[in-house]
This record gives sequence, C-alpha cells and structure tokens, in this order.
Amino acid sequence: MSIATTLLGLLETGPQHGYSLKKSYDTYFGQDRVLDYGQVYSTLSRMLRAGLVEESGVEPGGGPSRKRYAITEAGVTDLESWLGNAERPEPYLQNTLYAKVVLALLSGRSAHDVLDTQRAAHLQAMRELTKRKRDGDLVDALICDHALFHLEADLRWLELTADRLAPLADRLTGEQK
Amino acid sequence: MTAAPLLVARDLHKSFGTTPALSGASAAVRAGEVLAIMGPSGSGKSTLLHCLAGILVPDQGTVTYQGQVLSDLPDRPRSALRRSAFGFVFQFGQLVPELSCLANVALPLRLGGIPRRAAERTAADWLERLEVTDVAAKRPGETSGGQGQRVAIARALVGKPSVIFADEPTGALDSLNGERVMHMLVDAAKDSGAAVVLVTHEARVAAYADREIVVRDGIARNLEPAL
Repeated sequence: MSIATTLLGLLETGPQHGYSLKKSYDTYFGQDRVLDYGQVYSTLSRMLRAGLVEESGVEPGGGPSRKRYAITEAGVTDLESWLGNAERPEPYLQNTLYAKVVLALLSGRSAHDVLDTQRAAHLQAMRELTKRKRDGDLVDALICDHALFHLEADLRWLELTADRLAPLADRLTGEQK
Repeated sequence: MTAAPLLVARDLHKSFGTTPALSGASAAVRAGEVLAIMGPSGSGKSTLLHCLAGILVPDQGTVTYQGQVLSDLPDRPRSALRRSAFGFVFQFGQLVPELSCLANVALPLRLGGIPRRAAERTAADWLERLEVTDVAAKRPGETSGGQGQRVAIARALVGKPSVIFADEPTGALDSLNGERVMHMLVDAAKDSGAAVVLVTHEARVAAYADREIVVRDGIARNLEPAL
C-alpha cells in the first residue's frame, strides 16, 4: 500500500496538520503498524516538492507540526489514477513453497509434510484473522476479508500441489537421469 | 485443551462395496471445541463424520462416545443416543418440507416426548436466538438458503446436544450468508457448550474451528499423539 497516496486520500477530506494526519492514518490503516511521525513529515515534504500537496497555513509556534497541508489539483489527479487502476497481481509464497516442495522430493523427504506444515500455518493465520474480524468492526472485516481470500488462494494451491506430487516426483526423477 | 475427549474414533476402515472410503482414520473431539474435518472431494471426510455420529458403522475400528463404543450398541439405543446427544446440520437443511419452521425446530423435542406447547415455546426461543423469528410460520421451501440453515441450526441445538455434526453447512450459500451462518453456528454452540464437528473443503469455513484434521485418501493423518 502506498503511504503517500493514502495520505493524499486523507487530505482530500480537508487540510490537516501532520500530527492529525498521522492519527487519521493510524485509525484507518494502522491495525498492523502505526505510522512514524518522521515518515509522515518526510512523505509530506516529498509530496510538497512534487506539487501534490501545498501548505495552507501555519499556526503560531513554528515547527513542522504547526503547518497545515492541503491536497492540490495534481494530487487529486494522482489519487484518482491510483483509485481507478487495478493493483498488479503479485505472486505470494508460491515461489518459495515450490522450491521447498521440489527440494523435498529431490532429497527424498516428505513433500506432503512440507505442504501440511504450510497448511497448518496458513490455517492458523486464517483463524486469527477470522477472530479479529468477528471481534472487530466493518473496517476490520474488510481488511481481514482481503487477507483471508489471499490465504485461501494459497491454500488451494497447496491442495492442488499435494494432489500433483506423484507426477511432479516422476518428472523430477526423469530430469535427474 | 487438556479435557478428556468426548468422542474418539480409532483406526476406522469403511468400504462401500469394493470402494474403500476410510482406510485408517482417527479423530478425537473434546467437549465444547470446534473441530474441522478437511480434505478434497471423495477423501472420506463425510464418511468419517457419519461414523463419528453413529450413522454409519465402521467395518473396522471403534468410535467411543463418553466411554461407550457406539458400534456395540444395537440400532435402537444408538438412534436414541443420536437423538439426545447429537445435532445435525447438512448442506441443504434437510428440514421436513411439510412442517412449519417452528414445528421443524420443535420436532426433536416432540420425538423426545415433550408436549407440543412446551416444545414450541423452546423452539420459538431458538428461532429468536438465530434471528429467524419471522419465518416461524413458513415452510422451509418458503425461506432463503441462509434462513433455512439458521432454522436447521436451531433444530440441531434445541435438544441441548453435546455434539453438533455439520456437513458443509455453508456449501449452498453465498459468502456473506455463509459467514453469518458460521458466526451463528459457532456462537450458539459455544454458548450452549456443544462441540461442533464441521466437515468442509473451504478454508475460510475451517478457520472458524479451534483446530482441524485433514483426511486424504481415507486416512486422517494427524490424530494427536497423546490419544
């Protein structure tokens, strides 16, 4: 997730100080990790230089926390582009897991065990997300749903790979000869 | 979890004709826990559930409920035990189509000898608990899939069973209704102290369980070593 674009989205609701911007970010997106103050101000400086935000007033007392920032037209264009375009689908663990399965088969270890161990870890993560979703509000539910669907996709890959271990082993054995 | 298991299956074998369904499946269910039985289609997970519930008798191996070997019981007491100690939720509610939802939920109590009025009062409480009071007078065919499953959960829990067996309970529902049904099933079972044995091939459904076992080619691989 792009922190800069997320901050732009928060600024679109109205000008904010760096401090209140950090608080807004943490409220909506800081479930796993809150934002550092330093990161907020360095991101704002970058966006200021790029013309995506502008200063919209300074309160007496000085210091960066007294400056208010507003989104510019260029910032809105950037934000709209980000919101309107799909994210590139990323491969997750498959490469690592594929390597483990292949190495297990090549070394005569149980590839089923590799897959079962990963399955248990995935299901544990899904249990924790399900609990967090049940105990939380709608925002938690939406965030957890996304993670749950991705983990589920990984699990389906694990299942299918488990069903394909025998032909995969045959192929690897053939390639070794 | 250190409590002694309520229900234990050891080394179950079961074939249908010449087709083996279980080839050494073991599982243990503790009081009040939610256990997911997972595995691909045709792996034997539903057969394992049916053996655990005493619906099927295994060819080899034993199923023990509170120290009593189920397969040692003649049909009638085994059926009586199923009625009093177990509740069932299937993929399609399997409610009696000619009866109202209220009468469906009251049915296990009526079969247990409780008078109609008292049975229906308890049934109405359960329909309220599952937020389906509005379908009490309707027949199952007049309800949505999600409502039907919530009525089925009410019927499964009305007799205060020790174990609920749920076979793909969300299999016919969309994601949102499936989620609601799972919330209600798990919450209602936990509140009443019932264990849930949940057969599913969906990881998101299994994630409601406290733990899972995996059946592959009729073999449940991971019975806890202490049992």
